[in-house]
Amino acid sequence: MEPKTCFHCGLDAADSEIIYDEKSFCCQGCKTVYEIFSDNDLTSYYELQNAPGTTPKDVEGKYNFLDNAKIVESLLEFNDDNTQIVSLYIPHIHCSSCIWVLENLNKLNPAISSSMVNFGKKTVRITYNTNQISLKALVQLLSRIGYEPFISLDDYSVGKKNIDRSLIYKLGVAGFAFGNIMFLSFPEYFQVDEFWLEQFKPLFRWLMFSFSLPVVFYSAQDYFISAYKGLKSGILNIDVPIALGAAVLFIRSTAEIILDLGTGFFDSLAGLIFFLLLGKFFQQKTYSFLSFERDYKSYFPIGITKITAEGDEISIQVYDIKKGDRLLIRNEELIPVDCILINGRARIDYSFVTGESEAVSKQSGNKLYAGGKQVEGSIEVDVLKSVEQSYLTQLWSNDVFNINKEDAFTTLTNTISKRFTLAILSIAIIATAYWLVNDSSKAMNVFTAVLIIACPCAIALAAPFTLGNILRIFGKQKFYAKNASVIEQLAQINTIIFDKTGTITANKETSIEYEGAQLSSDEEVFLKSTLRNSNHPLSRSLYTLLNEHDIVTIENYQEHIGKGISAQHNKDSIKIGSGAFVGHTSEGKSLITAVHVSTNNKYKGRFTFYNRYRKGLSKLFNQLKPSYDLVILSGDNSGEEKNLTKLLPAKTKLLFNQKPEDKLEYIKHHQNSGAKVLMIGDGLNDAGAIAQSDVGVAISENVNVFSPACDAILDASNFTLLYDFIKASKSAIKIIKWSFVLSLIYNCIGLYFAVTGQLLPVIAAILMPLSSISIVVFTTLCTNFVGKKIHDKVEKT
Amino acid sequence: MSVIYILLTISIIVAIGFFIAFIVAVKSGQFDDSYTPSVRMLFEDELVKEKPKKSILTKKD
Repeated sequence: MEPKTCFHCGLDAADSEIIYDEKSFCCQGCKTVYEIFSDNDLTSYYELQNAPGTTPKDVEGKYNFLDNAKIVESLLEFNDDNTQIVSLYIPHIHCSSCIWVLENLNKLNPAISSSMVNFGKKTVRITYNTNQISLKALVQLLSRIGYEPFISLDDYSVGKKNIDRSLIYKLGVAGFAFGNIMFLSFPEYFQVDEFWLEQFKPLFRWLMFSFSLPVVFYSAQDYFISAYKGLKSGILNIDVPIALGAAVLFIRSTAEIILDLGTGFFDSLAGLIFFLLLGKFFQQKTYSFLSFERDYKSYFPIGITKITAEGDEISIQVYDIKKGDRLLIRNEELIPVDCILINGRARIDYSFVTGESEAVSKQSGNKLYAGGKQVEGSIEVDVLKSVEQSYLTQLWSNDVFNINKEDAFTTLTNTISKRFTLAILSIAIIATAYWLVNDSSKAMNVFTAVLIIACPCAIALAAPFTLGNILRIFGKQKFYAKNASVIEQLAQINTIIFDKTGTITANKETSIEYEGAQLSSDEEVFLKSTLRNSNHPLSRSLYTLLNEHDIVTIENYQEHIGKGISAQHNKDSIKIGSGAFVGHTSEGKSLITAVHVSTNNKYKGRFTFYNRYRKGLSKLFNQLKPSYDLVILSGDNSGEEKNLTKLLPAKTKLLFNQKPEDKLEYIKHHQNSGAKVLMIGDGLNDAGAIAQSDVGVAISENVNVFSPACDAILDASNFTLLYDFIKASKSAIKIIKWSFVLSLIYNCIGLYFAVTGQLLPVIAAILMPLSSISIVVFTTLCTNFVGKKIHDKVEKT
Repeated sequence: MSVIYILLTISIIVAIGFFIAFIVAVKSGQFDDSYTPSVRMLFEDELVKEKPKKSILTKKD
């Protein structure tokens, strides 16, 4: 029999025995979605892609905050009497079926008049009639078909975002002018003495002049501004010679046509700006579905349930939470503020904040910190501090989060451009001085010609095209860098710091080992049956590990919070839990996560949980060992120390019990002594360290969900390629350097014409595009070669 | 030969026409999402369901 998979989501459906319409489903949820679709003629969903769906999650009460008109208002893009437009971020959007079904929402509910998917951003923009459907009902409808939108505090009042399209406009203007000027300048290049041509020369020239105006004053304005800013702060950046070249081109050309000396260099001018903008456009590869600027706001809910003095539940905005309020935190909800537990059983998962993977139990009266996630039932809490004053949010007031790393970094191009500019200026002055002595009529001509031909178009293009292409290659291997300068910085690092939990360990996986007296098969059955009743994460993982057994009925099942569970079957009794709970006291406080078992009050043994490290970890560390200092900074206790020393090269430094501030300080300290630090982490607890480091990489099991603010996001599945990524970025720097050499050769040829005073417009018009295009071809070929090496390696493994 | 003035005027008007079309296209957001439309245009038009035949009967007279 062939293995059965769920028709809706593609998961294993062999055991579920849910058959509907001759199709098998893994759960009721998937079946319900199928029913909704088949009742509404939406089954094309399944024709476009096999098993495209996801199991809908239970959202009972989760979106109650959308009853609050103020919250709804802040999410909307447009709001009129009875029409509202909202853009929702839906992480599950992943295939053409998703686009199709989301754009056919009006078949599910006629109140929705239109819906448009942006696949790149994973958003859907929905227009609907408020008389018939509310935002809350809309969100619930989406959740019911498995497309649950993700709404966080980050969305608060961002409905009216402006998209910056100025670069496309500038590129369009430059391209338009470039094309037209080319046409107009062509005749003069060929037949200079033809009668009619002489007649129309002035007209053609003034037309070229007017086409060049928008290029200089609109398209090129960024270069002038940047050059001015650079000069003001005493830096000779690459934009200085560019701006100088463009200005000289324009002024000399204008002077030439006014004085009727020649045609000018308008075509070279427009071409130069066009190519430069093209390079900028190419470098500006953005991963619109990823966010590199996340802070706590993207993790936090936008609304929360408050219990009023009268005992009613109302939804309020997170920012409106005041000290002394009583809040209701449901299962799987995040605690937004520091508070005291009043009612209910709390099991808090602090992995966002501390990196500790184990959920902790709290009793009423205990303090709970913001950022924890309740993972078991609902609790009631009293607020101690408002959002801005809570412990977690305080972390963001640290200065490192306000520094723009890109500005602080001097790129290779700018380093070169300083020497380049000085060299060009001295050549121009020497050549002019020479001609002043020998033939003063040519002096001005030579001076401007040198500045024109030396305009470092090719140099300015080398970095954008190389880095832009590397950025794309990395993106294909699921390593998403924020911008091009990240790659340059990556090539310079000499220290690599890893977080432990979630970074070098796989998040949810543990390996379990049993030590102690052999359990009889009866006991194993009993153990498994008991574990079945418990929702504790350790019980769950132990349960899935034990072999298949018949389940026996158990009596007198009891859970003892923070200690363990006990149960009876026939005359036997069993206790599972902490050492003290089962009556095993031989060891002191252990750092190891373990579950002890005793039957009939007789100690049997313990199951020990170890972290499971990512595959290929030790190979990766051995690759990195020769050239980098390796450090592991963990927020966890040192229980894993032995394991790690066995696994990793001997010189790896291991530091445990590091608080978020400690990690940040550690990196700062090493940077002061000259280290270039690459920090690799995953959770909010690493956020400070990632911001402080030269390159901060967030590793993520699912790039669409959570990652702290960082310079790059790496998909966990390609963690072992880290060494190759660093190597590739080093190759990229080498490619840029070779391009510089190549463009210098072009410059030397051009300078020969310029210095000898024989630079004709036609030579500039040929030489400038030729150098630019050959640089683009050279860098593209080289980077693709580098990319192919990475690709081949992935294929092999 | 003054026909060249007319030709130049026409060519510039046409060029500017295209340029305006480009500006309008950028403004309307055509360049914001370069992927989704490529998928959207491949969706088959759905078959129109056969209407109940009542309408034909009433039209007979």
